[in-house]
Amino acid sequence: MERLNYCVRRVLQIIPVLFIISVVIFFLMRFIGGDPAVMVLGDKATSEAIAAFHQRAGLDDPLPIQYVRYMRDILHGNLGTSLSVRRPVAELIAIRFPVTVKLTILSAILSILISLPLGYLAGKYKDRPADQGIRALALVFIAMPSFWVGLLLMMLFGVKLGWLPAGGWDSTNFWTQCRSLLLPALTHSLSLIALLMRDLRNSVVDISRMDYVDFARSKGIPEGEVKSRHIFRNALISYVTLLSIRIAYMLGGSVITESVFALPGIGKLMIDSIFGRDYAVVQSLVLIFAAMVMVINLLTDILYSFLDPRVSYHE
Amino acid sequence: MEDRKVLLEVKDLKTYFVGRHETVKAVNGVSFTLYEGDSFGLVGESGCGKSQTLRSILGLLKQPGRIVGGQILFRGKDLVRMSPKQMREIRGAQIAQIFQEPMTALNPVLPIRKQIYEAFERSGLSKAEREAKSVEMMKLVGIPEPEKRLGEYPHQFSGGMRQRAMIAIALAEHPALLLADEPTTALDVTIQDQILTLIEQLKGEMGMSLIMVTHNLGVIAQMCNRVAVMYAGRIVEMTDTVTLFSKPRHPYTKALMNSIPNGKQDQLETISGTPPNLSMEIVGCPFAPRCRYAEGACFTTLPGLREIEPGHLTRCHRLDVVEQFTGLIPAEEELHG
Amino acid sequence: MSNINLKARMERRAKDSSTRIPDWARRPTFIVASVIVVVFFLISLFPGLFAHGDPLEVNVAQALQGPSRAHFFGTDDYGRDIYTRVIYGARIDLEMGLLGVIVPFAIGTTLGLLAGYYGGLLDNVVMRIIDVLMAFPFTILVIVIMAILGPGIQNVFIALWLVGWMSYTRLVRGEVLRLKDVEFIQAARVEGFTDRRILLRHMLPNVISSSIVYGASDIVMTMLTGASMSFLGLGVQIPSPEWGAILNEGRAFISYAWWITFFPGLFLAVCGVGFSLLGDCLTDILRRKGR
Repeated sequence: MERLNYCVRRVLQIIPVLFIISVVIFFLMRFIGGDPAVMVLGDKATSEAIAAFHQRAGLDDPLPIQYVRYMRDILHGNLGTSLSVRRPVAELIAIRFPVTVKLTILSAILSILISLPLGYLAGKYKDRPADQGIRALALVFIAMPSFWVGLLLMMLFGVKLGWLPAGGWDSTNFWTQCRSLLLPALTHSLSLIALLMRDLRNSVVDISRMDYVDFARSKGIPEGEVKSRHIFRNALISYVTLLSIRIAYMLGGSVITESVFALPGIGKLMIDSIFGRDYAVVQSLVLIFAAMVMVINLLTDILYSFLDPRVSYHE
Repeated sequence: MEDRKVLLEVKDLKTYFVGRHETVKAVNGVSFTLYEGDSFGLVGESGCGKSQTLRSILGLLKQPGRIVGGQILFRGKDLVRMSPKQMREIRGAQIAQIFQEPMTALNPVLPIRKQIYEAFERSGLSKAEREAKSVEMMKLVGIPEPEKRLGEYPHQFSGGMRQRAMIAIALAEHPALLLADEPTTALDVTIQDQILTLIEQLKGEMGMSLIMVTHNLGVIAQMCNRVAVMYAGRIVEMTDTVTLFSKPRHPYTKALMNSIPNGKQDQLETISGTPPNLSMEIVGCPFAPRCRYAEGACFTTLPGLREIEPGHLTRCHRLDVVEQFTGLIPAEEELHG
Repeated sequence: MSNINLKARMERRAKDSSTRIPDWARRPTFIVASVIVVVFFLISLFPGLFAHGDPLEVNVAQALQGPSRAHFFGTDDYGRDIYTRVIYGARIDLEMGLLGVIVPFAIGTTLGLLAGYYGGLLDNVVMRIIDVLMAFPFTILVIVIMAILGPGIQNVFIALWLVGWMSYTRLVRGEVLRLKDVEFIQAARVEGFTDRRILLRHMLPNVISSSIVYGASDIVMTMLTGASMSFLGLGVQIPSPEWGAILNEGRAFISYAWWITFFPGLFLAVCGVGFSLLGDCLTDILRRKGR
């Protein structure tokens, strides 16, 4: 009951922040500069044509009115019309959204598959060669620019060996999608793998030294249970928390990964729209990114309250 | 000495912490014997090796500590040479241990029920039986509303209640020997006394023996019938509690006695200096640099643990000199004129 | 005191002091890290010592040549020497890493101190701004700011500054709130010390180390973010040499001219490893001092 209250309160907290964000984005986007009419109609457009375009797009109205119209439309699921390709923004985003979500999910799965065993191993064999090797690996993974790694992987597996597509998106079926996403996901998850490995390693080292582990051992339960129920279970708290925080962060990185691998996701759409000064798209995307981050943070908090009974529901 | 059954015999135990650059000789040749029904106390400053001696018994040393020599005979069987599986049979069932800080010795993310159930894991009890036994243990250690509190987490307990819960878990399988590592240090003074009384009472009811590690001589006086004083990884004096308090022989023990108020001293003594670094080779008596009586041989040869009276062992070259100054704090010039 | 006694004591003391050279300074990681960082500083301060050519010199006849004695790292599609470009690019990337951290460090720490200490309106405003900004993924925020300001290296710095301070503020504010209840701060307040004195003499020294630890790891992240802006075409503009920008130019040719992409990325990675390692050592030292 207490937990339910807490969840509801957290959901309600999101709304004002989202509102402020939408206002900030809306007004800032108007200062980007450059007339969208010129972008769409070209440099040689007559002033009558430009005026007509402004009229049509409602760009002559005062900003607050434009904002109110914009918000009303958003609440009706209408994100406006892309000024450059003249299609509904919602439609543009709806096509690309699943690609980014799939990229994020696959990256998260890869990160877990790689970081969980390696991080645990490093913690278990603290200061031994395995640990030193894994720590060095984490160091290198963090320092390597993802766009560079992406290009190298593409060069090796895409161009040289031809095992996987060197970019682009083949939506035919599940397997072609996975093939298209494998290299991007690997690139995308590199720094997350490193951070998770480090975190898990340090947690395992710290927790292994705790008295409650020795106390559990002193009851005579099998070593496997000491490790799983007491060490691993407790180390997972900070691991899961870090994972979900970093998934929100990873959404931002999709801009880079998707543009390296020419994946038609919302990150690529974002950068294309910025270059195209298509601010109907940019502001919708920014709002969507913010909403996703806040939802992920919310889920993290709720998940955390399940993992750690010490969490307090009162702020 | 009367004919009593030996429960635990520690022989020349050596526990070292072997690091990459240095080796800390935390326990350096400790021997003592525990008879059934005894309460044995290990006392000394922090870092003297008393806790590591205790942890060696159940093999619960922190990394990179390990037993490098000696024997720990429990009912005649050497715990040091046991396989992990044999050791598990001993842990909890025969020998149990409680820790200093109940907040860190109970897993914060598991309810007490799960942690006490673990103790019954190999017993093959049904769930209902486990529950009944858990409730019974909780009642035994004096936790009110045991059914409700079993479902709670450690952070929902007060300090004293946590320590009671830990005792309940440790004693769930009715072990023959309880190892207590500073069990009251983290508690308020009033609660300390309650917990000590509880341990003493349970010891009697369950017919257990006890090894108690503490830096507090008051706790020793209350709980133990035999005591070993440790310094720098070695036992420096071992005797029954009454003798220790009435006729301490080793200069270190005397200094410890003088550092607790008893209403008779004019001033409390503090022991100047710090214990030696156990990662260095120590020549001579390790207490010599802090000792008022140290001279000559004290700095070159380690004194042996000699039996000066039946059942009273001590490790000092200059007992005769020390004896002249019983109860007094000699001035430096007087000793080294 | 007897002679033997004294001598023994002195011998013991001599043994104790044999480990006077700090442990961290002898560790191989520290040595490797310092060498890397010093070399990169030298490169960025005196690029002329390391490369003799002109990073902007076009030589179409030499276009897209692989690594050779004349061109260690090969040439790009305009025949420009990649090695020279990478050497001359170091300065901008290092500047992004260092200035991109130092400014937010200073602003963020100050704001955190003031917000935490005084509370009230200032604290509320600062924390609400952070709440809103923190709702964006870091990279998205930088990109949006770049989109508003327009491409260019100055704007990359501004974007990094606008975004970077928040972490420091949150960190320091938290520490200050914790410290406010600690006895010695309360004692200082009761004694009637001025706020300024309490903040600078008592608070700052105690909260700065967590800021420094974070800043050390932030250098690599900031440098990579800056480079990725150039990679996306939002930062340094063609044809100025910068690692991310060179990588971006090389993208089109990866199937037959890998060297354009490979070397600037390698420099970025090695430089990152150097700063990371140094940051780890620093963290270690501060932790030990804290104990």
